[in-house]
Amino acid sequence: MSFALEVMNWMLIAGFTVLSVSQLMAMVRLVIGPDTGDRILALDTMVLNAIGLIVLLGVTQGTRVYFEVTLIIAMLGFVSTVALARFVLRGDIIE
Amino acid sequence: MTLELIAIYATIVFLIIGAIFTFVAAIGLLKLNDSMTRLHAPTKAATVGIGAFLLASMAHAYALGEPSFHELLILAFLFVTAPISANFIAKVNIHKRACEALPVPAEDEMWSTLDVPPGEEARAKPQTGA
Repeated sequence: MSFALEVMNWMLIAGFTVLSVSQLMAMVRLVIGPDTGDRILALDTMVLNAIGLIVLLGVTQGTRVYFEVTLIIAMLGFVSTVALARFVLRGDIIE
Repeated sequence: MTLELIAIYATIVFLIIGAIFTFVAAIGLLKLNDSMTRLHAPTKAATVGIGAFLLASMAHAYALGEPSFHELLILAFLFVTAPISANFIAKVNIHKRACEALPVPAEDEMWSTLDVPPGEEARAKPQTGA
């Protein structure tokens, strides 16, 4: 049991590291992205990585209080992606 | 005791899967050449990666002795909304001419219109009388 818990702690650290590096790579794409679609895609990926980071934080602390935070960020990420894409497509969000 | 141990190992496996998929998504987002190919990398892989992290959270909650299934809600929401946002970003790419132009559609007056096809005007005339 203690061996498994130790491995799980190492895997949590690895997960945090990988998610942080992925967030940085998405940020690089956000800065250098040659087109608007790439920037919207990078923001969408950053929202997904932020959801993963919050979930890993909840696993690390062993609490369930981050569930609502994750759900609200997932909804806001989807709505903001659609709003950005719609602004580019139509020049207006709610016509 | 044994079930909790299995749950801990399931947590480890899901964490590994999620880390691999998320990293592949980030590499694809950064390294691919075209806008459309860049679009396909994170929208699939990051969804599976975040799904694996959420499953790891469920397994860990079970190992702690308080099983929770709330994470399935976030999982379902992500699985439903990821193709929609990908479709919108693809539309933005087409709109901004960031990809190859679509092929010119073939001539066809009948597709999704109420126009009368040529040569059938006589038959389509409204029948008066009767």
